[in-house]
Amino acid sequence: MDSTIALNDLIPLLPILAVTGVTVLVMLLIAVRRSHAVSCAVTVGGLIVALLATVVVLPFAGQQITPLLVVDNFSLFFTAVVLVASSFIAVFSYPYLAALSDDVDEFYLLLLIASLGALIMVSSNHFISAFLGLETLSISLYAMIAYPIHSNNAAKFPLEASVKYLVLSAVSSAFILFGIALLYAQTGTLQFSDLINFNGNPGTGENYFVVALVVLLAGVGFKLSLVPFHMWTPDVYEGAPLPATTFLATVGKAAMMVLLLRLIVASNALSFAPVVSVISVIAVLSILAGNVLALVQENLKRILAYSSIAHMGYLLIALIALSNASTPLGVEAVSFYLIAYVLMSLGAFGIATAVSSSESEQDSVADYQGLFWRAPWLGFLLTAMLLSLAGIPLTVGFIGKFYLVMAGVEGALWGLLMVLVVGSGISIYYYLRIVYRMLLQPQQNATQRTAGVVSMGSYVVLAILLVAVLLLGIYPAFLMSLLQTVAVSV
Amino acid sequence: MILALLIVILFAGGLVAWLVEFVNPKLPRVVALGALLGSALLMLGVLGFTPSTPTGTSGDWLIYLKADWLPRFNIYFQVGLDGLSLLMVLLTVFLGIMAVGAAWSEIKDRAGFFYFNLLWTLAGVVGVFIALDLFLFFFFWEVMLIPMYLIIAIWGHENKNYAAMKFFIFTQLSGLLMLIAILAMAFNHFLQFGNFSFDYFELQNVELGASMAMLLMLGFFIGFGTKLPTVPFHSWLPDAHSQAPTAGSVILAGILLKTGAYGLIRFTVPLFPQAAEQFAPIAMTLAAVSILYCAKVAFAQTDLKRLIAYTSVSHMGFVTLGVFAWNEQAVQGAVMTMLAHGLSAAALFMLAGGLQHRIHTREMSDMGGFWARVPRMSIVAMFFSIAALGMPGLGNFVGEFLALLGAFQVNIELTVVAAFGLIFASVYSLWVLQKVFQGEYRTEHIEEASLVDLSRQEMIFYLAMMAGLVWMGMYPQTFLDLSAMTLGSIL
Repeated sequence: MDSTIALNDLIPLLPILAVTGVTVLVMLLIAVRRSHAVSCAVTVGGLIVALLATVVVLPFAGQQITPLLVVDNFSLFFTAVVLVASSFIAVFSYPYLAALSDDVDEFYLLLLIASLGALIMVSSNHFISAFLGLETLSISLYAMIAYPIHSNNAAKFPLEASVKYLVLSAVSSAFILFGIALLYAQTGTLQFSDLINFNGNPGTGENYFVVALVVLLAGVGFKLSLVPFHMWTPDVYEGAPLPATTFLATVGKAAMMVLLLRLIVASNALSFAPVVSVISVIAVLSILAGNVLALVQENLKRILAYSSIAHMGYLLIALIALSNASTPLGVEAVSFYLIAYVLMSLGAFGIATAVSSSESEQDSVADYQGLFWRAPWLGFLLTAMLLSLAGIPLTVGFIGKFYLVMAGVEGALWGLLMVLVVGSGISIYYYLRIVYRMLLQPQQNATQRTAGVVSMGSYVVLAILLVAVLLLGIYPAFLMSLLQTVAVSV
Repeated sequence: MILALLIVILFAGGLVAWLVEFVNPKLPRVVALGALLGSALLMLGVLGFTPSTPTGTSGDWLIYLKADWLPRFNIYFQVGLDGLSLLMVLLTVFLGIMAVGAAWSEIKDRAGFFYFNLLWTLAGVVGVFIALDLFLFFFFWEVMLIPMYLIIAIWGHENKNYAAMKFFIFTQLSGLLMLIAILAMAFNHFLQFGNFSFDYFELQNVELGASMAMLLMLGFFIGFGTKLPTVPFHSWLPDAHSQAPTAGSVILAGILLKTGAYGLIRFTVPLFPQAAEQFAPIAMTLAAVSILYCAKVAFAQTDLKRLIAYTSVSHMGFVTLGVFAWNEQAVQGAVMTMLAHGLSAAALFMLAGGLQHRIHTREMSDMGGFWARVPRMSIVAMFFSIAALGMPGLGNFVGEFLALLGAFQVNIELTVVAAFGLIFASVYSLWVLQKVFQGEYRTEHIEEASLVDLSRQEMIFYLAMMAGLVWMGMYPQTFLDLSAMTLGSIL
């Protein structure tokens, strides 16, 4: 394949180019004059432009642009997901950061660069671009997590969280690189799709390939915070400022999962029984440990951290189902659940952001006591999001879980499905505990605010999320048929 | 379309009830009552329809609707109304009105949200009674849980968090087991016919191996048996009942328990006839144990609502017994018991709730000799206690007698044992009457001034339920004819 870029090839890359351009634009604007509102508005506007560009390039889908990037329906779909999520997070950030006693504009810069990394990840089918995207995302996140470090009275521990994430993320990147190196030594290619043709070189054999994949999976497991690579998750979630946590939990996880999905489909990695066993064990451990550990937490961010571990475990079930299901049902299930997960997490973290500010985060479960009566709208929203995370009908979480279960059924993974049932059963307890807390009478003495700086933007975004969660929970047929067309292009 | 409209009325009524609270806190109850009366009229109109058998179905259906919902998985919005469903929906709407009546003056706090939850629970229940696509069925089955949880958790009594959580986890876990069984059915359909299906009629054609059928049947049985409830899955019920507000208890005892019984009749046995037949001795034993054990435990209670809760479990044992005997008389008996118990248990919970509302206690040791003070209430209590113990001439007798008669043809020993339940029921019912309403008039633990007799408005509700029970007892043919329409095709 020709590795130079012709002008025509640039058209399908428009979304990525748009985000790059906006990044530069925001940087220049900051250099000229600092204005929080302008930085935020340009960021959101730029992401929306990139979203429109995604729609524009739809007819050009199905192209390999240089060996590094692929633009197909699947990548465009998740490009849109990443862009929407990033723009929502930018909107949430504005009232949150308004009170920060430090320069705030660079946060949007970091957000844009991180989104760019995520866009590269969802469009790559080559180890080089995958790794570049991953590192772009991660390095921006280190800074986003540590962002309020100069703030005078930031209650949390952003530096601790950032260093923890930095060290473990670097270690996991090293694992990923080692895995890539082993694969390269074996096959002499870095293209995902070339791995599928591998038949085993004399003298090395299948085990070598399996070791490479397992090492790679360990690295990916860190990024997705799967058990036993999950130790960093609750601390980083708790210590990071809420917008950074939101980004890490939604865009960060989704991009990595999309990459893993593409790698697994393209490389046919599941044809190796040991790889399937390893993923199955990781899935079981993640579901059980995530849900059990969430039971004893008193901090909303930590609860959501452990629940995200469990949700990633659920997703692995559909991934494993790819090994013996004939249809692309597994790909659809992973995609649908990822969207559901991103929507619900954005909603839950978004409400936490809406009632917090960078100087005082409301992240203890006790802070939400009586929210239903103090701020009925926010209380109802958070209830809907938590019930969706728990997989209760009328919400997208239920349909998503059903999708996963159907994939599992088609793959005849009855054991894993039982684990999913047990995990869901446990999870209800800690989600309902928060709901119950919101239903209690508000505490009398506490000087609680119902919201930080009131921002219409946050409320509009939360309303959109609520509608999406409910609509996709009641009539998801249109998204399902869309995913059917998207999934075949992986 | 009528069925879709019915569901929409209840869901939309709930939303409206919630929103109008911001206009006037007295409006939500009016909206709720209006929505329920509208549904009742709609359903009474259906009575005149002539049954037909649409293509793709079997049996006689008054209304049948099948529309696309999730084409990816071959899931339809498939609903139908036959005699059994109609009886259950009518019971639901009727008791819904009673529940609104019970809540009318009791619920003052956040009334809008209360009626929202009430109507959404009822919408879920109605959905359960009419769904013919197993996924849709499961969907509604789960929809009714959260509003019910909220009703207990917000408006409940002193230990509401524990009770609400226990209720939710029990029903949710057993529901998930049922979901696995439903999916396994769909998967077996896929293996045999090449496509997934959740269609009730298509799934009846699936051939299952004996052990597979038994496993799946057990999945359904645990799901429905928990809701019914039957021993050993009953322990959530006394807590939920005693902590729920009156209207919540009315709905729980009167309607929610019946969804379990309905599920057994509609799904468990028709989908797995052989497995159900094999399992019948065990199920009937569990039923007999439920009847006797819970009657005994009821006798040991000091909390009035807990006592009534245990008697519910005991009476539901007759339903299990009848269903698993699986002949016309027995199942007719089960259906009649469901209807009659719905009314009598709802009335008893309303009385207990009314007492608690007045004197702020459910402890029977604090009560005594109330007949002198509240004669109307005492008479009403006596009527429903006597109905519950199975006095001939009232609905409960017809149900339990038919259930026993049918079961006798299948398993004599267990029927004989279960029949002792009638004696125990007399013992605890009369004992409660004596303890609370007769004997020495005791006021040392209560505020005497608050103990006032039933108002005219309350009497209307009780009289309506009395009339229902007398009708069922004196001329049960009305109801038997309707359920015979269903039973004719599934037996």
